Amino acid sequence: MTKVFWGSPLWGVLGLATAILVSPSVTAAGSEPLTVGAIEALTGPASRYGIAIRDGLDLALDEVNAGSGGAGGGVLHGRTLAIRYEDSGGQKESAINAARSLIGRERVPVIIGPTLSNEMFAVGPVAVERKVPIIGTSNTANGITDIGPTVFRTSLPEADVIPVTLKTAQSRFGVKRVAVMYGNDDAFTKSGFDVFKANLDSLGFDIATIETFGAKDTDFSAQLTKIKDLGVDAVVVSALVEAASGILLQARQLGLPEKVFFIGGNGFNSPKLGEIAGAAADGTLVGSPWFIDKADPVNQTFVTAFRQRYHKDPDQFAAQAYDTLHILAEAINRAGSVQSEALCQALLQTHHEGVMGLFTFAADRSPGSTAGVVVLVMKDGRFSVLQ
Amino acid sequence: MFAQQLANGLVLGCTYALFALGFTLMFGVLKVLNLTYGFYCTAGALVALAVAGIPGATLWLALPAGALAAGGLAVVVDTLLLMPLRRVRAPELSALMVTVGAVLLLTSLLSMGLGTEIRRFPPGMLGTGTGGAVVLGPVRLAWSQVLIIATTGLLVGALLALLHGSRLGLAIRAVAGNEDAARLMGVSVARTMALVSFLSGVMGGAAGVLLGLNFNAIQPYMGESMMLHGFAVVIVGGLGNIRGALLAGVLLGVTEVMVAGYVDSALKDGVAFALMMLVLWLRPAGLGGRVVAPRV
Repeated sequence: MTKVFWGSPLWGVLGLATAILVSPSVTAAGSEPLTVGAIEALTGPASRYGIAIRDGLDLALDEVNAGSGGAGGGVLHGRTLAIRYEDSGGQKESAINAARSLIGRERVPVIIGPTLSNEMFAVGPVAVERKVPIIGTSNTANGITDIGPTVFRTSLPEADVIPVTLKTAQSRFGVKRVAVMYGNDDAFTKSGFDVFKANLDSLGFDIATIETFGAKDTDFSAQLTKIKDLGVDAVVVSALVEAASGILLQARQLGLPEKVFFIGGNGFNSPKLGEIAGAAADGTLVGSPWFIDKADPVNQTFVTAFRQRYHKDPDQFAAQAYDTLHILAEAINRAGSVQSEALCQALLQTHHEGVMGLFTFAADRSPGSTAGVVVLVMKDGRFSVLQ
Repeated sequence: MFAQQLANGLVLGCTYALFALGFTLMFGVLKVLNLTYGFYCTAGALVALAVAGIPGATLWLALPAGALAAGGLAVVVDTLLLMPLRRVRAPELSALMVTVGAVLLLTSLLSMGLGTEIRRFPPGMLGTGTGGAVVLGPVRLAWSQVLIIATTGLLVGALLALLHGSRLGLAIRAVAGNEDAARLMGVSVARTMALVSFLSGVMGGAAGVLLGLNFNAIQPYMGESMMLHGFAVVIVGGLGNIRGALLAGVLLGVTEVMVAGYVDSALKDGVAFALMMLVLWLRPAGLGGRVVAPRV
């Protein structure tokens, strides 16, 4: 019953009417906190991403309010910055309701999130229509910023990470001939394959074969036996970590030579891979927008502060969220207000030295540089930065 | 490469058959399409995983522990959920629906408690060291794969001996044929059914342990993902037909591997299941024929 009501068009009309009736108040006392909105999947299957993002945002929020930026605490000459969280549960219907409530009732000037690309495709148009800047910290699907001129993202899409990995394999390890394997019944692994295929072609790799499997498959022996006979230098795989570990283990079991190594997409970028596949994963290469052991001082400070506060290791999603809040606070200060156009302009001028390296926006409001991408190599069940 | 692919197919086929043995027994004798069967497989693997965590425990302790626990679980599920339906002679579809609900509930509870991430047995649990393999000419088999082939063969032999060479087997076949007649002949139907549930659960649990050992992907949904293949093997092999399950399992496994190896991996499941359809058109009762004539 409730669900029908919240999802009904009536709700949207009500939200719109409220917003028209209540005129936005632009004047604010210096002491009044400035509240921004955040829509994250804090419950449900995607909550491990949403919670990591909230942890990263909260850590950066306290730093901003404590004045770590050097220009006194808070934003806009001493106003405390605050975040109003709405839980979407990873559902696009709830995410839309959250956006309407944040924009219409809370009248937030900017929204961070939502967690999933699917949710952004639903929420983005609402924000664009109301001219509210919205910044995705974890959306990697194609076409996110095409939604409209107020949609930004700070997460590097796979299309930017994969070429870095492949170029490294080519220049450092002389890889020429590869076999490709991918899960063909999952949107994420299929789109990863599309990116791999396009870049393998444009970089001049020789593709010996393309093999597929299903997301639930546990047996890959037929494909791997075939690949073993083709004499390739490396095997390129777009798979989630479950299938990825199975593939690595069975490849070594079938006697694929040690010198033939694996190159993975973002699905490989999980500590779980080394945990399950152990020594069979040695030599595997994967690109990542961020890595916990990156040695630069900004990153080390972040990792130490995060561990101290949450008693766990940060992941890529926490890191991206952490940078995003700093980027936003800087942009608000640069704009001198939270007026939509000024804020969008200020965001586009971002030049932030964060945990993901130097961050700028491209004209399409996606990340402007892949300089922060690190290529990781697996050794003894753990990833480390390829030196 | 051909010999290796044939071996791959044989191993994969044995995993299907191993999974299907308990399922076909349960289906054939109790005449209930019990969809909680996949959960026994998961439960067996998880219990064995817990036992394997005890210092000094080997597979020879973990395997029976997982199998027996799954057998016990099967008896409990059957007694709580299906016995009340049998008492009132509910239509078969009611039982199907009840087991759908039960398996969804059990798997959701399990994934809430344990999470859905995959786990594996500690490496070297077989006592053969990691990466150990048997090399026979051009064919390489891991010890876990040899174990799967051997266990499948042993279980098929043991089940056939039990069903056709003992009084207990006679009672089971009597109950499968006609419950009322069996009861009139002095067979305790309830006890025989509980025993069949237990045996099926034990086999499902053992299959779970061996699949977990071979594929290194133990998680709450591992049994569910085997159900489609298991179901196909039961139907194509012939309801309750042990030999048929072995034959159908190997046929399915070898076809999948050959299609993936020599044609196109994207067609693997499609061609294999089309072949299963063809078998049913030619032999509607399955490869081995039904052990039990359908009730009219």
